[in-house]
Formats: sequence, structure tokens, C-alpha cells
Amino acid sequence: MSMRSPLGRVRGLGSAREGVGHWWAARMTALALIPLALWFVASVVTLTGADYATVRAWIASPVVAGLLVLLVLMTFTHAALGLQEIVEDYIHHEGAKLAALLAVKAFALLLGLTGVLAVLTILFGG
Amino acid sequence: MVEFALPKNSKVRKGKTHPAPDGAGNLRNFKVYRWNPDDGENPRLDTYQVDVDACGPMVLDALIKIKNEVDSTLTFRRSCREGVCGSCAMNIDGTNTLACTRFISEIAGDVKIYPLPHEPVVKDLVPDLNRAYAQYAAIEPWLKAETPAPERERPQSAEERARLDGLWECILCFCCTTSCPSYWWNGDRYLGPAVLLQAYRWIVDSRDEAAGERLDALEDPFRLYRCHTIMNCTKTCPKNLNPAKAIAEIKKLMVRRRG
Repeated sequence: MSMRSPLGRVRGLGSAREGVGHWWAARMTALALIPLALWFVASVVTLTGADYATVRAWIASPVVAGLLVLLVLMTFTHAALGLQEIVEDYIHHEGAKLAALLAVKAFALLLGLTGVLAVLTILFGG
Repeated sequence: MVEFALPKNSKVRKGKTHPAPDGAGNLRNFKVYRWNPDDGENPRLDTYQVDVDACGPMVLDALIKIKNEVDSTLTFRRSCREGVCGSCAMNIDGTNTLACTRFISEIAGDVKIYPLPHEPVVKDLVPDLNRAYAQYAAIEPWLKAETPAPERERPQSAEERARLDGLWECILCFCCTTSCPSYWWNGDRYLGPAVLLQAYRWIVDSRDEAAGERLDALEDPFRLYRCHTIMNCTKTCPKNLNPAKAIAEIKKLMVRRRG
């Protein structure tokens, strides 16, 4: 039971003065993913039937490895930004929200790092 | 978590049926949400049979006929009966709209009428919109200018005035705001499409000198950025306005002022 006025409740703690960075980053990563995803799918189709050594050699080229690292970074950044929105939309319990947001970030970081290191291993490991 | 199902005491039950008197001609069923805060009962859906040949063409005409001739306890808001006051906003045939501008003949089958969704109900078709009104007050919807007022009016070019078209027509019926899932889940912090359209109306007014301050107050993950361009607002607007576009324009201005 609160006796606060509706205006007091609506004003709350004021505006956070942020959100535009998150919104812009989501748009920019989406934009980057259009060519990266198209290139990746086209490449995988071209590599259909290729053996292990051929695919390894393909990844070991600096340009391909660079594009793959970018693809992984953009994908998991975009995913983390989007999942954060979903958590904030639907989970209203502060503790559960914090836990879910931490899990989303940890998950994205772990998978992103794994992907990047896998590419770098092939690039430098030969 | 967000509640996706109605709480037990809000589950809508089958209500009474009020048949039309014998000899009535062209009958239509009006299924109307009823809830009385005083009787401790759950909401119910009452059915009223209305002879539409002996009734005006709009859904509001039928509601007034029911209240006058069948059941005076039916409670709803109405005033201008011509789509300029926004009082009779309700959910008709699954869409938020104004009862006074919605033709009965446009609706197939039973005419189902509920209050605006996801707001507390005061009684029957009357929602409690106090929070939405407070949100409107919070964006300070008045001209803010430090330049002293000129002798006569503050001038505005024809082009500057044209930027307000599609915005000034909003009658604040809150059909859009209460159709927005983001507002359903986060209405305590998200301002909703009607209020954001109004905020944009002042941001783009060439006579206003507080655009930056207004943008500061909106720049917030919840107040503005809960909008996920679901577009229910634009689809449902009974005045055919485009709140989703107004919100998108605010988001563009947020980016533009950064660099």
C-alpha cells in the first residue's frame, strides 16, 4: 500500500540518462551481421564436402580468421544486448533479474571467447 | 515475473442474458464485461440482445440504448460522441477503439466489449487511467521558452507548423498505450506510446526551447527504450495516427545529438 501520488510514482528516481548507447549498439551489430552472416553462409556452402584439412587451411588465412572473429564478436554482443532486453521486459524481481543478467553476460562472454580462441588457435597453431 | 494469466478474482465468468422484447427485428448480441467493486463477485460477461434497426449505427449508440432501456447499472464513459474527446475508448471486437466512431455493422458476429486492457478497472467499462494521466503530466506538455513572449503570438513558419501534423490530433484516449505489451509488463516505468507521441509533439515544436531538456528526461532504458516497435499502437489508433513513428523519431534525435 502506497499513498504516493501518481505523479511521484511516475517520476520515480528520474531518468537514467542512458539507453541510447545500448540501442545504437544493437542496431550497429545487426548491421554488421548482415554481410558477415551472408559471407559465412556462402562460405560454408562453398566448403560443402571439403575435408578437415581444407577447412582448417581456409580458416588459417588471416582475412578469413579476421572475419570469423568479427562474426563471433558481433553475434554474441548482439545476442547479449537482445537477451538483456528480454530479461528486463519480463523479470521484475530485482534479485532474479540481476542473476539472469549476469548469467546472460557470462554465457555470451564464455561462448564468444571460446569462438575467438578456437579461430586464433587454428590461425596460429597451423 | 510478468503475470500472463488473470488472477483468480479477475477471471471473467458467464453472466446474465437480457433478451430483446418480443417482436424486435434485427437482433445483435452485445457481450459486455461487467464488474462491480461493491459486490465482491468476479467479473462477468453479460449478453444484451439489441434491435439494431431501432438503434444508432455506432457501438456507443447501442451501449446508450442498453443503459437507457435495459440495464441502467451498465457503467461507461462517454462525452462528445464524435471521436474528439477520447472518453469512450474501450476494447471492441478485440481492438482498442472509440465506441462512438466504431460502426456496429463493421463487426462480424457477437459484439464483444471489454474495458481497455491491463489497467485497473473502476467499474464495468471504466478503467483507472490515473497513472497514464500522471505520465502525461510528467513530460510537461506545455510550451517552454525563455525568450520573452513577443507583442503578439510566437511566429512559426508553415513548414514548422506542418511538423506538428499527425501529432496534434492525438486526443489522449490511451487506446495505443493500453494495446502495448511493453506497457502491460512495464507500465510503471515505460511511458507508453500516447505519452511519447505527446512528448515528441513538444520536442519538434519550433516555438519550444526545451528540446534538449525533454530528451534528457526521456533518455532511459525504461521510459523510452521499452518500445520494441511492436506497432500495436499504430494499428489500433482510432485517429489513424502513428505513435510508433513518433517514438522512432525520438530515438533518432537521441542518436543525432551525440555527434
